[in-house]
This record gives sequence, C-alpha cells and structure tokens, in this order.
Amino acid sequence: MDIHFTPEELAFRSEVRAFLEQNLPADIAEKVRLGRRLSKEDHQRWQKILNKQGWYAVNWPVEYGGTGWSVVQKHIFDEECAAAGAPRLVAFGVNMVAPVIIKFGTQAQKDYYLPRILRSEDWWCQGYSEPGAGSDLASLKTRAERDGDHYVVNGQKTWTTLGQHANRIFCLVRTDPSAKKQEGISFLLIDMDTPGITVRPIITLDGEHEVNEVFFDNVRVPVENLVGEENKGWTCAKYLLTHERTGQAGIGLSKAALAHLKDIAGAETVAGRPLIDDPLFRARIAEVEMRLMAVEMSTLRILAATRDGGVPGAESSLLKIQGSEIRQAISGLMRKALGPNALPFLEPELEPEFDGEPLYRDYSASPASQYFNLRKLSIYGGSNEIQKNIIAKQVLEL
Amino acid sequence: MNFELNEEQQMLADTVERLVRNTYGFEQREAFYQSPQGYSPEFWRQLSELGITSVPIATDYEGFGGTGVENMLVMKELGRGLCLEPYLHSQVYAAGLIQQLGSVEQRQKILPSVASGEQLLAVADEEAGTHFHPEASECTAVPCERGWRLSGHKRVVIGGELAHTILVTARMSDGDGVSLFLLDPAAEGVSRTGYPCIDGPRACDLELSDVYVEADALIGPAGKAGPALAYQRGRALAAQCAEALGSMEEAFRLTLEYLKTRQQFGSPIGRFQALQHRMAEMRGELELARSMTILAACVADDPDSSERSRRLAAAKFVVARASELIAEQSIQLHGGIGMTWEYSLAHHAKRLVMLTHQFGDDDFHLGQYSALLEIPRQASRQVA
Ligand SMILES: Cc1cc2nc3c(=O)[nH]c(=O)nc-3n(C[C@H](O)[C@H](O)[C@H](O)COP(=O)(O)OP(=O)(O)OC[C@H]3O[C@@H](n4cnc5c(N)ncnc54)[C@H](O)[C@@H]3O)c2cc1C
Repeated sequence: MDIHFTPEELAFRSEVRAFLEQNLPADIAEKVRLGRRLSKEDHQRWQKILNKQGWYAVNWPVEYGGTGWSVVQKHIFDEECAAAGAPRLVAFGVNMVAPVIIKFGTQAQKDYYLPRILRSEDWWCQGYSEPGAGSDLASLKTRAERDGDHYVVNGQKTWTTLGQHANRIFCLVRTDPSAKKQEGISFLLIDMDTPGITVRPIITLDGEHEVNEVFFDNVRVPVENLVGEENKGWTCAKYLLTHERTGQAGIGLSKAALAHLKDIAGAETVAGRPLIDDPLFRARIAEVEMRLMAVEMSTLRILAATRDGGVPGAESSLLKIQGSEIRQAISGLMRKALGPNALPFLEPELEPEFDGEPLYRDYSASPASQYFNLRKLSIYGGSNEIQKNIIAKQVLEL
Repeated sequence: MNFELNEEQQMLADTVERLVRNTYGFEQREAFYQSPQGYSPEFWRQLSELGITSVPIATDYEGFGGTGVENMLVMKELGRGLCLEPYLHSQVYAAGLIQQLGSVEQRQKILPSVASGEQLLAVADEEAGTHFHPEASECTAVPCERGWRLSGHKRVVIGGELAHTILVTARMSDGDGVSLFLLDPAAEGVSRTGYPCIDGPRACDLELSDVYVEADALIGPAGKAGPALAYQRGRALAAQCAEALGSMEEAFRLTLEYLKTRQQFGSPIGRFQALQHRMAEMRGELELARSMTILAACVADDPDSSERSRRLAAAKFVVARASELIAEQSIQLHGGIGMTWEYSLAHHAKRLVMLTHQFGDDDFHLGQYSALLEIPRQASRQVA
C-alpha cells in the first residue's frame, strides 16, 4: 500500500499541467474562476481544444477515440483541469449518452453519433425527468407509439439542463403502457429540430436560464433511433445514472473552489483585518479541507477497486452524497466570507460578455448566486435521499 | 412571566397580517420587485395610513411608542409576505439612532415625518472592510467652516436608494471613535449606485467625495457613536429575527403542504420516514427560533448590559442557524420545484439566508457571545 503517486503519474501530471498552461484560453479560465456564466461557444471552444489533443472523451474505450487512462490518471486530469480553471464539461453527450451508445447502440449509431460528439457537432441534453416523474423516474408517462418505421412521441420532459443549446435529446419514453413500470420503457435519440418539439425556459432562483421544459406533440422519430431493445430502456437508464453519479463527486472542483475561498478570505477584511486571520473562519475552512481530503481518498480508493472502467455500483451513491455536501459547504463559506458584500445581485456581472468594472471586487458577484444554484447538487442525478435509500438497500441490505 | 399578547398587540398583529395577505401576494411582490422603485409605494402608504410606520417611534415625536414586542409583531408579518420595503432599516434602525443620539431639535425635525411614512431613512454603516463592525469605519469627516467634509465609500446601504436622509458613519481623525452624520443624498459630491439584493430589496453603494454637511448634521457627540450603533443594532437584529421567523413559518408551511400533496412511488412523499424526521427536526429548530425571537423582542429596549448583549447575540445565532437549515431543507424537500424563480419558496430561502448577511451572521454572534461568556470563578481557577 502506498498513497504516493508513481513517477509515471507525476510525469502525467506535469504533462497535463503544461498542456493546460499552453492551451486553456485565458478568457475562459477567468470566467470560470470568477463564477461567471459560460456561453455555448465557450464550452465548444474548449471541447474542440481537448479533442484535438485526444483528451476529450476521457471515459471512452481507446478504440472509439477514448484515452484509456487509469482511474488515477483521470483523477489527476480532473484535478489539474479544475485548478487551471477549465470549464466543467457538459456531460450529456460525451459522458452520458456516449457510454450508452457504446455499450448498447448499433454499429450505425456508433458510427454516426460518436464522431459527431467528439467534434462538438452535436449538443445533447437529457430527457429523463417529467413533472410527475422525478425521484420515481420509472413512473414516466411520455408515450412513444409505433407507427410504421417511426415512433410517435407525445408528452413532456422537464428540468432539461441547457436544452436551449441542444440539437439532440436522449429520452426515456414509455413504449408499453401495460407492462410493469420499469419494463415498458425505451431509450430514444431524438433530433430537437423535429416538428412538434417546443422548448420553454425555466428560470431558477439565481435568475439563471439553465433548465427547460420540453414538450412533444406528435413527434415522429425513426425506429433506428432506438438504443438497445424496445422496452429494455431501463437498463440503459441505470447504466447511465451510475456514470452520471461517479462524475458528480467533483473533487477537482471542490479543490479549486477551496483555493478560491482562501483567496477571497485573504482579500476580504473584517474591521480592517484579513478575514483569513480570524481564527473561527480559519477553522471553518480547515474543517472542510480535512473533510475534502477524506472524500478525495475515499473516491480514489473506491474507484481503484472497480474493474470495469471506474464505474462502481452502489458505492457511487456514497461518493455522490459526500462530494455534493462538500461542494455545497464550500459554496456556503464563500458566500459567508463576503459578509454584507454578498448581498448585491449584479446579474450583468455574471454574464459571459461582461467586461466592465465590477461594483466591488471581481470575485464578489457570484458567490451568493452560486451558493443558491448549487442547491441542485443534492437534488439532481438522484437526490441525496434517494442515494441513501440505495445505500440502505444495496449496501446495508436493510 | 407572561407569553400572551394583550388586546392591542393582537389587533396590531392582525392588522398587519391582513394588509400583507391582501396586498402582497407573490405575484404582486414580483411586480413590485420588477418595478423601477423595487417596492410598493402604495403598500407603504397603507402602512402609514394604518399607523404601522409609526410603531417604533416614540410618542413624543408623533409615534406609536411601540417596544420590541410591537416591532416583532410587525416584522414577522412583513417577513411572511417577503415585503420589500425598508421598514427595518428606516423605521427601526435609523429612527432608533436618531432617537438615541439626536438632539431634541434633530428629533423634532426628523422623526414625525418618519413616523408618518413621508420620510424614509437609511443607515450607511458598512464599508468594504467593516464586515459587521461599523466602529471600524474608514470614511473621514474633516472639520471645515460651519461644518464637515465627508469622504469615503459606503457599501450595501439597504433602502439607501430611496432614502430622503441617510445616516453616515465617519471618523474625524485616526484613533478617534466613529461619528454619525445626517446626509442629504442629493448633496454635491454624493453619488449613489443602486441595485437589487439577491433576496429582493434594493440597496446602493455611496461614493462620498468631499461632501459638505452643516454643523448640525452631526448626531450625538463627535467620535462617540459606537455604543449607540451597537445598541441600535441590537434592536434592529431583534426585529430582524422576527422577520426571519415570519419567513421561516411560511417556508415551513409551504413545505409541509407540499409533502402532503406531491406523489412519488405511489404515495405522498410525506409518507417517507426520512422526510418526516427532517421536518420534525426543522420544526424543533423553528420552535427554538420562535422562543429566541420573543426573548430578543422582550430585551431589545432594556438598558444596555452584558446580559442584554448576550441574549441578543444568542437570539441572532439561533435564528441564523435555523434560517439556513430551513432555507436549505425546504428547497431540498421540494426537489427541482424548490429552485424555481416562479415559486415563492425559493425567495423565502434566499431571504432567510441573506438575512444572516446583515447585522452579523452566526459566526459573528458566536464571537460576540464568547467574548461576553460568564466564567464562574471555580472554572477559571481550574483552568489556571
Ligand atoms: C438544476 C437541475 C437540473 C436538472 N437537470 C436535469 C436534466 O438535464 N435532465 C433530467 O432528466 N432531469 C434533470 N433534473 C431533474 C432531477 O433529476 C430531479 O429534480 C430529481 O430527480 C428529483 O426529482 P423532483 O425534482 O421531481 O423531486 P421529487 O422526486 O418530487 O422529490 C422531492 C423530495 O422528496 C424526496 N424523496 C422522493 N422520494 C423519496 C423516497 N422514496 N425516500 C425519501 N425521500 C424521497 C426527494 O429526495 C426530495 O427531497 C434537474 C434538476 C435540477 C434541480
């Protein structure tokens, strides 16, 4: 047993760091550091840079254009990216639908969709949740009826993240209403340009347009867009969710956020003295840092124990809970560090195009907004309560 | 001890409750927020007609002469309605400072029009580096012929954009304590930058460049405003606890209702024991917060003492912790819906969290309390 990185791993870290220094656009890193919103173009610019290097599809098998990296390498890569201020990758295409297509898709689907994802030609969104089907996802009602060589889709999806940018959506739809809940569901790939699809924004409490409602009114989808077998979509859905959760521990992001928190605590002053010198606040930072250390070690340990590409089973639920709670705790301290300076709601300063003078400091506009936005971490991808149910059932066998 | 309201107090509570319910529905509130003023002048007029704006002001100055208890009753309902008007900062805090520090002439000149709701006040006591410590102000007041010249930058003056008169902290020279001045925001050299706060009410930054104020703009003795600021912040935080309480009660009510109606896995989610226990915990914290709000209201107007300071710090500490818990958990228990702008719950959550960013957060009050902690002799001997 040895928790130190090997010389190869250290060399890999230097390689990643050098790459980021040379290739990560400074304007994008600046927006990320200051918690500004990113445009679609910002995301795509960065994806293309990564793809050119062959480092975009980190989790794919090598034969499809993946990296073949070990769990430790992926961890190092994530950590370096976050530390450098690289944007968090929008997972829906590269890290959600792609693994499903690779595992369950036809050759034609692989040949068509995977290269388009690699080249950032497609922007995917996730059509799982519905107004009546959140935690109880399997109760979804969006209906797909076979009509010749098409499915006709009717229903509504909701909370569709960044659906306003997407040209494709992967959906769970009900193909057999008479079967048991989980058994009549299929996994469909749908072109957002198909007639009958309407996207409506949902504005979140921080004033952001990040999620949407998507309505389907007699939308005709070719049958070859079915992934896996008809009525076996739940298998794909679950496979994808474990991938989603594993990515959500977000250790690299927490570390970067913690570093930013220390910067803020160093810059803010309380009665003329740096906040970082206040023993109580310092202790609060120390506490999350120690916990983060424990979560990081646990993530590495649990991921290292898995064979099939770093996708653990029910343990991913443990990591999701711990990881999301740490990130939320750091975001709470960040807001707190600003004291009264966290109050102003300066939306223009959060926009991707903002290049004016900040009202106060460049870092002060986003912490409160971010704190409220990150409430989502314990809700989506299966809420933390649902993760605890999974642990109780599958790990503890209660 | 008596925890009952008298008849007059009950009437006051009912009046405000009814007014808020009838005029401050969530959609109306959104319209007030989106309007250029960012609040409802009409609602303010109604508060004034019913005499509510005069509640915290002394009877000598055409006020109602209410105590911390009356302030609590008003603020609780304003909190329940997520009201955007600067009642706390103008009627309680700023007016309290004038009442405590002002000369008879200053009080007579200003307070009656504040009581009637015609004149709005604000307090500019936070700067980039003060962070809940107004006594650390770095704004300067330089004596000049027949007055002073003020310079510096004030941050997040709540209600400052609307205020007709702003109370500004500044110091005359290094080593000296802080002084308080009346400022006409239209004076030459003052610039105001307004913005909404993330929980709704509007505030502003104030840039003061060599602003001339007359000799009688000084409130109270030069360099000695510190204790009054601390005392009045205590009164304000007591009222603020009540605002939080009203908002917590509403967030809790909405969440409880939601747990009974939202169906997942074939039953209302309130059937899940994990959520039942969470609600039970929140209910417990809410109860503690209610008790501490009452305690704070009852001691807010007591003469200054360490006992009063301890109790007020404890109240804000307990209420701030409960506010954060209830804000975070009500969102969590609602799932995605709890995060949407369209639903009042999210705005309660924001208000509850951001109230901790005014008049000191839990850590600040933990520090205040620790500093005043009573140590029995025996314990200090053991330590030694
Ligand atoms: C910002 C954001 C982005 C999202 N993006 C997407 C997206 O791109 N695509 C997509 O398909 N979905 C997305 N979602 C939806 C997300 O997956 C759901 O919000 C989530 O599954 C919870 O469902 P719900 O909101 O309906 O809450 P509900 O399921 O109604 O849950 C309400 C509360 O009840 C609890 N609860 C429910 N069942 C149980 C139980 N059995 N035991 C104990 N507690 C329980 C929950 O934990 C929660 O606290 C997003 C959500 C958010 C907030």
